[in-house]
Amino acid sequence: MTEVIATNETILVVGGGISGMTAALEAAETGKRVVLVEKRPYLGGRVSQLYRYFPKLCFPTCGLEINQRRAKMNPNLTILTMAEVTDISGQAGDYTATVKLAPRFVKDHCTACGACGEAVTQKFDNEFDYGLSKRKGAYLPHRMAHPQRYVIDPRIIGTEEGEKAKAACKYNAVDLDMQEESIQFKAGAVIWATGWQPYDANKIQPYGYDRIKNVITSVEFERLCDPTGPTGGKLVRPSDGREAKRVAFIQCAGSRDRNHLLHCSRICCMATLKQTTYVTEAWGNTADVSVYYIDIRAIDRFEDFYAKVQANPQVKFIKSKVASIVEDRGTGNPVLHGVDTEGYRRYADAHDLVVLAVGMQPSVDADRFPVQIRLNSEGFIEAAPENGGVFAAGCASDALDVNRAVQHATAAALRAIQVVNRVAGVEG
Amino acid sequence: MSEKKFAGYICTGCGIGERLKTGQLENIAKKSKMGVVKQHPMLCSQEGVTMIHSDITNEKVTHIMIAACSRRAKVEAFNFPEVAMSRANLREGVIWSRPDGKEHQEGTQEMAADYIRMACAEVRSMTPPQPSGEQVLVKRLLVVGGGITGMTAALESAAAGYAVTIVEKSGALGGHAAEMSRRVPTRSPYAEPEDTGIAGMIVAISQNSRIEVLLNTTITRTSGAPGRFAVDLSSESGSTCTETFGAIVQATGFRPYDAAQLPELGYGKSPDVITGLELERLVKATNGGPIKRPSDGRVVQSVAFVQCAGQRSGKPGHLPYCSGFCCTASIKQALYFKTQNPGCDTTVLFSDLRTPGVSGEDFYRAGQEKQVTFSKGQVAGVIPGQTLTVKFKDLILNEDTTMACDLVVLATGMVPNSGPDPYAAEGSVSVPVPSILNLEYRQGTDLPHLKYGFVDSHFICFPYETRRTGIYAAGPVRRPMDMKQAQDDATGAALKAIQAAENAGKGMAAHPRSGDLSFPKFRKEGCTQCKRCTVECPFGAINEDENRYPVFNESRCRRCGTCMGACPVRVISFENYSIETVGQQIKNIEMPDADEEKPRILVMACENDAYPALDMAAMSGIHISPYARIVPVRCLGSVSLNWITDSLNAGFDGVILMGCRKDEEYQCHYVRGSAIAHERLSKVGDTLQGMSLEVERVAVHEVAITDIGRAPRIINEMADLIGKIGLSPLKF
Repeated sequence: MTEVIATNETILVVGGGISGMTAALEAAETGKRVVLVEKRPYLGGRVSQLYRYFPKLCFPTCGLEINQRRAKMNPNLTILTMAEVTDISGQAGDYTATVKLAPRFVKDHCTACGACGEAVTQKFDNEFDYGLSKRKGAYLPHRMAHPQRYVIDPRIIGTEEGEKAKAACKYNAVDLDMQEESIQFKAGAVIWATGWQPYDANKIQPYGYDRIKNVITSVEFERLCDPTGPTGGKLVRPSDGREAKRVAFIQCAGSRDRNHLLHCSRICCMATLKQTTYVTEAWGNTADVSVYYIDIRAIDRFEDFYAKVQANPQVKFIKSKVASIVEDRGTGNPVLHGVDTEGYRRYADAHDLVVLAVGMQPSVDADRFPVQIRLNSEGFIEAAPENGGVFAAGCASDALDVNRAVQHATAAALRAIQVVNRVAGVEG
Repeated sequence: MSEKKFAGYICTGCGIGERLKTGQLENIAKKSKMGVVKQHPMLCSQEGVTMIHSDITNEKVTHIMIAACSRRAKVEAFNFPEVAMSRANLREGVIWSRPDGKEHQEGTQEMAADYIRMACAEVRSMTPPQPSGEQVLVKRLLVVGGGITGMTAALESAAAGYAVTIVEKSGALGGHAAEMSRRVPTRSPYAEPEDTGIAGMIVAISQNSRIEVLLNTTITRTSGAPGRFAVDLSSESGSTCTETFGAIVQATGFRPYDAAQLPELGYGKSPDVITGLELERLVKATNGGPIKRPSDGRVVQSVAFVQCAGQRSGKPGHLPYCSGFCCTASIKQALYFKTQNPGCDTTVLFSDLRTPGVSGEDFYRAGQEKQVTFSKGQVAGVIPGQTLTVKFKDLILNEDTTMACDLVVLATGMVPNSGPDPYAAEGSVSVPVPSILNLEYRQGTDLPHLKYGFVDSHFICFPYETRRTGIYAAGPVRRPMDMKQAQDDATGAALKAIQAAENAGKGMAAHPRSGDLSFPKFRKEGCTQCKRCTVECPFGAINEDENRYPVFNESRCRRCGTCMGACPVRVISFENYSIETVGQQIKNIEMPDADEEKPRILVMACENDAYPALDMAAMSGIHISPYARIVPVRCLGSVSLNWITDSLNAGFDGVILMGCRKDEEYQCHYVRGSAIAHERLSKVGDTLQGMSLEVERVAVHEVAITDIGRAPRIINEMADLIGKIGLSPLKF
């Protein structure tokens, strides 16, 4: 049975992506007890799957290393992975949280020696690569995964593969009988940092994501360009492995659209500008990049980055909402149809690869919130007195870039501290 | 600590026992002065950890050497804060970095043996950090600036129980927001402009016993460090008092861009061309009545908003950046007219309409629904007259055209209200700006600028990674932002200030080495007053006294060790990271005789990027030369040239330094550490030639954490190079 020591001066953080990690670490480094609950088997969330950050083009794993070191060193922080909050009852200063722990089938003392992974053979779609690669049934989700412990896929439980994994472990860390458990503990305040999910590109029917192999999403494109990703960083297209040099980016794919997400997801313009550099870096002056956009929202200092990309002759900008994509059967090329609104030119342009800049939607559906909370029309949490001691952090509150999400999460840490300090009667 | 007692623990798990002769390693540890040496089949298990704990408690062991996995693994298990500890990386660093097989056995075993010697030598030179006695816990915070950002920071800190002083140079709280009629909506459905809330905040502050407000007051001196900032607060009347603060939030906001620089847009030529902020004042003064134009008092029937006025432009005198808030501000202002007079023609001329997020896009839609016209057009000029003529290029129809209107509103941008940049290149500042903080720091009076005068952090994942510990910028002085973001930012900065004050009281470092209790110790007798440490400290933590000796300020220090690397006479060290802890590791690497034909390559790798990259390379089965010996360093800035010359004199055949990217997109979290190391190394060539060594034997590389393939390749290429140019002539 998993034991969590917590009181009504403890802060519960739900979600271990960059916002949740930040909120948890900032509170813990201010001397507060924190329990961090993460659904995945590891921390880091979606940023761990990004190749680079805009506008510096630096690597998310660099910040992740620092944050993970902070987490490993901090005695105030308890981390629960493969865990989901199913209920929160009570009020500010006195909550009881119920958390469901899915079985990892690997105990805490796993050394990540890798023997179980070597012993098994069956492979499954790798969620870390959005299914663009395969992983084994006993696996470390990625090389920097924290906690650094293997995971056994439930699909090999009860099979010979499961037994192989168990037999391979010298340390008796594989427990095939591990059961789901549900635990309860106290918390004074809750930080809700469940982040976002990419909008389901299948719903944007005219773009043929479900039919055309060389139409992919922006999050998949990150994995494709990452040297640790499915192609080892080689920019090739899914249908035939051919080099993808003529690449089109479609902005607002499923965003700012009455049929899909009404809101602007904020990050997609900058993410695309960043991704154009992956293409131009890979192919130099043989790269041929087109960005189809409504407005380029490179706000504040990001303007510099936009100017840099605009200055690259290999990248052109077309003000147009693409009407439809049709696959050229012979070549596998997606052909984009629409009208360039600057000058009213009709186009039918073929590309090697099309990247849909899909929007952000909240990870938790409005009807699945385990606690009373005020949501806006798009399902993001709005700060409100009726939320009591529950505070949103990061993309649970709005479509935010990493910098703003971290800023917001740091603020959320203070709001939670205000509650637990009231409980403790702390005077400054 | 009375008596040092050393113990070594060797894990034989994860294949270490199968791949290495651990009995030999045990003997080496014993020879390396570990009083007790134990092997364990799974040292990180509860049983293994309990064994170590029991030795600490019962055997009074004070220094432990753990030979197991990488220092990045099993950190929670190997957590013994009461003793000094070093770790020999036998798993990732040796067996996973080397191919299995008999022919490789000798080299691999030698590697492991050296790592044991190194870890033993390291721990022998370490002491667990002890408090310096400098720690002061002062919880009162100083907020500089009484606009919406500063007021929010004060209210949010006070709500957490902290006392706050707001210093405002003008005679009233509220800043620019107080001049506004209304603000962009913050609550769903994001359709109508909202009350600014400023009046309510001012009342809340006046009623809050934890908040002190000093109006007409400026800061004439800030000295000290987090936990003990002594600040001279001078009022307009000339009186000065000194107060002590734990930490500081700088919320000095922005100055409106000077629209007088936009004569082509009619500003200054017609009274009916005004800025957005001027419109706010105009509307506020109407008190809900009709909005009349300044020239003749006629009710405005048509208004054009010119977006990006003097912004997003490379023209001299214009702002190159986007101020971020103006698109939604213009929609809000268009709605002022529509609310008063639905028939008023309101046109927003824009090149990109930037209304991000849920609230932004909803508000844009609300503007469209209320018949605000949005035209993609590039404004070329405004011709003054009874009716104003706006000349613009319609970007949709691709033609030059004009429109007539009663009033033109220029959406001008924000200029950060920051102090002078301590690192501004000489001659780059044409108009000197007055200092805000008047820091008594060796390295300038104010927060360093990042770009365009904004004092932002350079790090995407760490927006509050300040370059002056305990002083956090918030709001538009940090980067251009709207009121909503400024309020979030203020709250985040308040948390960081609280944290800085609390941790300064405990002697703990701030980010990124949060919690580190070590701090630089300085042996004054040996100091030659060369000032390198005071000049090179990336955080301005070291002052100079009247005799030009360095004065260290513990709680300003981020523990990177750049001062230690700078010091030519080796008088600066940390208790657990010093000239000795690294120097002794290098000395204790066994140097084979020249006739053995076994080169030795010393690799000093940044612990945050290069070292993890090497660990991950090992996890991926990428092999490295058995001749390499890797020492993690806090930052390349901490690398002492003495280590390099000593190692070459000892017969090392090659030395590699691996640090972070150093240019203007630097990734070094100690800002200049990697750059400084490169500069220092550029001067090593002469030394090498003086020693009759080839310059290629010493190399410095920028290595990112993603360089999983490249980092080992750099090492292996050095081994190949040595194969070509031969062993060092300095071997015995």
